[in-house]
Amino acid sequence: MSTVLIIFCILAAVTLASAFMTIFTKNPIHSAIYLVICFFSIAGHYLLFNAQFLALVHIIVYSGAIMILMLFTLMLMNLNKEDEVHKPRITRLGAVVSFLLIISVLIAIFIQTKPIVGPYDTTGEDYQSIKVLGQVLLDQDNGFMVAFEFASILLLVAMIGAVLLSKKEKSSK
Amino acid sequence: MDSVLNQIGIENYIFLSVALFCIGVFGVLYRRNAIIVFMSIEIMLNAVNLLFVAFSTYHQDAQGQVFVFFSMAVAAAEVAVGLAILVAIFRNLGSIDVANLKNLKG
Repeated sequence: MSTVLIIFCILAAVTLASAFMTIFTKNPIHSAIYLVICFFSIAGHYLLFNAQFLALVHIIVYSGAIMILMLFTLMLMNLNKEDEVHKPRITRLGAVVSFLLIISVLIAIFIQTKPIVGPYDTTGEDYQSIKVLGQVLLDQDNGFMVAFEFASILLLVAMIGAVLLSKKEKSSK
Repeated sequence: MDSVLNQIGIENYIFLSVALFCIGVFGVLYRRNAIIVFMSIEIMLNAVNLLFVAFSTYHQDAQGQVFVFFSMAVAAAEVAVGLAILVAIFRNLGSIDVANLKNLKG
């Protein structure tokens, strides 16, 4: 086994284990911590692909912004106690069964289609450094300028909506 | 530089992404705490992003990574609005148990 494969296996094990622990821990704060570990290991996968920009953005956006937002919400609601009632047993059984069914069917499908995925050959050309990525994103002719602008509008609308939704209402009742 | 995909293989990444996505689906079905459901949705989005990056490397095309960039922007907006809705629900009901969200009247 090569070094890269060993690194991949460790990273994948960390990713899957922390994702499972996110769901199985009782305490929501612990879930959030496990989710941060999961996001960091996914950033490690991006680094393994040599996609530096995405790894950076992933750490900043997910582990930084989104997880801080979730932790603040958890602490705001004072939910860091383990008093959650479980779903009825039949529902949990259904969840486990459907999880096993989905994963077995999907993996079986992808094992069957494996011959279609051909061998991978590299040309050695640079295609994913930050410079090239910026040129692809903001190209004049077939870039993503419109989508980029719409993303900014989406973020603005989301910000206004979040402020409006979580604002304390006047006591009109 | 010897490429990463030659040593690992794209199918391993497909299996990893499928497993991660299914864990996310399982979390949505299994838990009652709405914030954990949100975290599971994030796990699912990340599985898809990982597969996007894997195939972007496979085809040596940066457009897949641009797509991941946009999907991250949408995920950030989604989490902001979703958590604001959860805060509003918590203020009205006193809990964020998804089993309690049965009626539309606030």
